Amino acid sequence: MSAQHSEDPHTRTIRPDLQLIADMIDDGSRVLDIGCGDGMLLSYLVEEKGVVGRGMELSQEGVNASVTQGLSVVQGDADSDLNTYPEGGFDYVVLSKTLQATRDPRAVLRQLVRIGSYAVVSFPNFGYWRIRLSLLFTGRMPDTPLLPEPWYETPNIHLCTIRDFVELCMACGVVIEEAYTVGAALRPRPIRSLRTANLFGQDGVFLLRKV
Amino acid sequence: MTPSQLCRNDRRMTGTAPKSPDLLRSLPGHRVELGDEGPLPLDCGETLEQFAIAYQTYGELNADKSNAILVCHALTGDQFASETHPLTGKPGWWEVLIGPGRPLDTERYFVICSNVLGGCLGSTGPKEINPATGKPWGLDFPFITVSDMVHAQKRLMDHLGIDRLFAVVGGSMGGMQVLEWASKFPERVGAAVPIATAPYHSAQNIAFHEVGRQAIMADPDWDEGRYLDSGKIPRRGLAVARMTAHVTYLSEQALHRKFGRRLQNRGELSYGLEADFQVESYLRYQGASFVERFDANSYLYITRAMDYFDLGADFDGVLANAFRGSPVRFCVISFTSDWLFPTTEARKIVHALNAATADVSFVEIDSDKGHDAFLLNEPEFHETLNGFLNGFAEQLDLPTADLKPLPSEDGSSDAERIS
Repeated sequence: MSAQHSEDPHTRTIRPDLQLIADMIDDGSRVLDIGCGDGMLLSYLVEEKGVVGRGMELSQEGVNASVTQGLSVVQGDADSDLNTYPEGGFDYVVLSKTLQATRDPRAVLRQLVRIGSYAVVSFPNFGYWRIRLSLLFTGRMPDTPLLPEPWYETPNIHLCTIRDFVELCMACGVVIEEAYTVGAALRPRPIRSLRTANLFGQDGVFLLRKV
Repeated sequence: MTPSQLCRNDRRMTGTAPKSPDLLRSLPGHRVELGDEGPLPLDCGETLEQFAIAYQTYGELNADKSNAILVCHALTGDQFASETHPLTGKPGWWEVLIGPGRPLDTERYFVICSNVLGGCLGSTGPKEINPATGKPWGLDFPFITVSDMVHAQKRLMDHLGIDRLFAVVGGSMGGMQVLEWASKFPERVGAAVPIATAPYHSAQNIAFHEVGRQAIMADPDWDEGRYLDSGKIPRRGLAVARMTAHVTYLSEQALHRKFGRRLQNRGELSYGLEADFQVESYLRYQGASFVERFDANSYLYITRAMDYFDLGADFDGVLANAFRGSPVRFCVISFTSDWLFPTTEARKIVHALNAATADVSFVEIDSDKGHDAFLLNEPEFHETLNGFLNGFAEQLDLPTADLKPLPSEDGSSDAERIS
């Protein structure tokens, strides 16, 4: 899952889900990437889209890797530190595959749309058919490339389906501007039918804003 | 341009005699008399008509003066950051960080380190001669603050013709100065790196300082601060102050690893008050050597300056106001085992910077060496700092470089602690 560089040094390619997120973000905007890992998306956004980028990451290794490559990243916890950012402080707040690892996803979701004019949220869809089948036939918690840890040590403590997430947004007064499903080898598809997306979407990617 | 050309108006310490003890005249480095451009107003309400700043430089200033890094020293540090100390003969207190192929790379940057106002190695302080009386200032010296130190440093930068520093870097009290620089003179600071520091001095830290001060003042040789007139030195008091402070710079793990309960040069307990344990012997040595290089009144003044430090108080009690609209790039660094300036304090700085949507990085370095970690060979710390500075250098079209490995046995682990 490392950033790949194509032959032409001026056109970097990144994971399809990260590319989809990057495409949602306007050039030159102010972006806060929560759970930025080693800074893969953030460095792409800074270098290719000229954004003013900031990051937050829980793991020390991720923060050090990011800062060492010149990114502005703070060690912090989405559950406890988002209240330190001002309302409307950023054009976009990105939460890429991190929501399911927070203690209070609903509070985090509310913080995202408070801090950012827009929030971009992606997460693994627990309603994906492979996960459903895996649970049905093995009777065990799913073991997939995205959810590789056994249940007793996974950081993903609040897994949800695309349908669950859409309902949470509605309950929190969060407007869904755009919604897509995306998979490792799949092109992003706009969500038209929730039922279909919830069954065949590997990940959900949403562009959100406050009402 | 070489530093000596740049500073041709300075009096070398070896030149005409400053009105200070003989010792200072033989110190290497630069010393400049400031104040001709106007007296220095102090926070306490008094002004200094004339004052001197002693400083040292490493590396060369580039043509457009864009590669200068100001290093701010800690409580008992001084300007000799990256050379054998002229008084102690020990390595410079930040030799692991300043030099060719190190994070503060002297092949790319022009590194300046000045003795703080109130200090005792050439800058104006209580040990220097009061022009009004012809005697050492002693307690007549006005009480100074971290902000006053920084205003004096700014005068030095004016003197050197450096409009904008590439970076200001410092740990502990040096980190307080970094925060002052970034908040009071943001247009003159490119990047700010406050290390192992806090936005204000905590009650616990004030308490430790007070113990140290009381030890000095309880020594009869302190003589109500007039000891220099009578040629005495409050050795016992200053040594005890240092011993107390020194414990706060370490961690329980570091003390255990270094000394455990091992006995000093003996097989069994003395059943007396000799230094039975290695840790006692070590502390006694630290105290005794400290009094040879540091002035007791300076210790009182500088600890007081740290106690008074509360950056948010200067901005209506809201720390974030210190950084609103700041163009400065920040990199806040703390160490896991530092209980004197713990990570919770660093986070207060980070949260204020977040609230101001400032450009901030924050790393907590895993170390068991306590507060002193910022002075020691901590590879992760050095890599992070180098990466941060490289990132900023790239932005300014200045050269970047990877770190070169430190010699495996760098004397730094036994260096004189100057926190």
